[in-house]
Amino acid sequence: MNIGQVLSDLWGQSGFVGLTNHWENVVMIFIACVLLYLAIVKKFEPLLLVGIAFGMLLSNLPSSEMMHMELFQGDPKTLDYMNILHHGGLLDILYFGVKLGIYPCLIFMGVGAMTDFGPMMARPSSMILGAAAQIGVYCAFILAILLGFFPNEAASIGIIGGADGPTAIFLTAKLAPHLLGPIAIAAYSYMALIPLIQPPIMRALTTEAERKVVMTQDKPVSKTTKIIFPVAVTIFVVLVLPSVAPLIGCLMLGNLFRECGVVDRLSDTTQNALMNIVTIFLSVTVGATSVGYLPGANGENIGFLSASTVKIIILGLLAFCFSTAGGVIFGKIMYRLSGGKVNPLIGSAGVSAVPMAARVSQIEGAKANPANFLLMHAMGPNVAGVIGSAVAAGFLLAVFG
Amino acid sequence: MGNNLSQGIPVSDALVMSVVGFAIVFFVLVVLMAVIKILRGALESLDKAKAAPAAAPVAAAAPSPAAPAKDPNMVPAKGSVGEIKLFDVDDKTAALIMAIVADEMQAPLNELRFLSIREKK
Repeated sequence: MNIGQVLSDLWGQSGFVGLTNHWENVVMIFIACVLLYLAIVKKFEPLLLVGIAFGMLLSNLPSSEMMHMELFQGDPKTLDYMNILHHGGLLDILYFGVKLGIYPCLIFMGVGAMTDFGPMMARPSSMILGAAAQIGVYCAFILAILLGFFPNEAASIGIIGGADGPTAIFLTAKLAPHLLGPIAIAAYSYMALIPLIQPPIMRALTTEAERKVVMTQDKPVSKTTKIIFPVAVTIFVVLVLPSVAPLIGCLMLGNLFRECGVVDRLSDTTQNALMNIVTIFLSVTVGATSVGYLPGANGENIGFLSASTVKIIILGLLAFCFSTAGGVIFGKIMYRLSGGKVNPLIGSAGVSAVPMAARVSQIEGAKANPANFLLMHAMGPNVAGVIGSAVAAGFLLAVFG
Repeated sequence: MGNNLSQGIPVSDALVMSVVGFAIVFFVLVVLMAVIKILRGALESLDKAKAAPAAAPVAAAAPSPAAPAKDPNMVPAKGSVGEIKLFDVDDKTAALIMAIVADEMQAPLNELRFLSIREKK
């Protein structure tokens, strides 16, 4: 046995040799480490970002054989799942849940089980703000078209403005799976940065007097209304937009578990165990899609480190800004129409991102008037935004799916 | 960029789609708003109709036990912005709730104003 030859073979099989082939993988490993730092030290959306960053790390280590994005290329309708089961790694198989739209829906079920729609039902007009804050979705869509993206890609980029991670992943996995990594990372990163993104826009669009408005307490909502609500929403929304049935159906099923009061065990499991398990699978596999180098049909790099990723990051930020502005502007309209009874700051909470956006409204309101308590008022537009972004995704899926 | 599943569209078409999409989001949420209003109105009137015959003898017998009692000797604490109404909630629980809210909001308790605390049943 030639020891030198054995050592040489071992070196040839190691990942170090692979690293020298594509510099993009080295950069991605560095980015993964930066994201891990942000998640662990700075606590930016750690529940998701730890998994996303580690998935990114695993898939960019050469020869790890855990994720093979090339197996998922081509027409999604003719994807050979048996081939992937035979030749794929662990993350390839877990990725089925993203590819088939299973994880985002299960996450939505957990979100529904954790969400109290009471503040929205107590002030139904807050739903208008949840709708208005979806304007960023369409602004980013138009800008993406202007930048040369195809409509299915532009729709997936636009939904970042909905500030709803599962919705963005669900739509992108259906319309533009090759952009899943950058879109998911942009969506979750900006959601974590909402306390930095929103306040300057909110202050720029409102006056001191508007920010000081103290809103009156809403009438409490009966238990019966809370039970009927998820059933009514499911029937109506799915009849209008059948394509949104998986998202809205799961969201409302989770909410019915919570409110009906006869399946506490299921509600508890959905809110905790199921949500946590799916979060692990979703975050790791979405992160693993961010491969530094992935050859396209013409040999060009369609991996994470391409020009389109930079455009997506910029468009995502603009989408968040437009959505925030849309919500605040409609909040101002409601302020005028209500004779000064609605604080326009609650409009910015219409961008989903529950409950972070509502907290931002509360903090900004309290800065203007320490006796102001906007949190529960902002939760109305906030949860309405979840429904609004799902409806926006359903429309885009119906048109471009 | 892009895949072979789609073709580019002119910006004018994108604009039209955006307007239609935004209008649909508004339509759905406005209809849901109307549904909630109708639902609440219907349930409230139903509750009133049920409560009306039963309420009269109860009201005549005694005041509601949940109503907050007012102590004429009570002096508000320094920095207080008024009184809080407690419905079926004891003082200790109310104090805990207010402390938790203040902690969650990272705001001093004396800068918050609580109007009432009611137990949902």
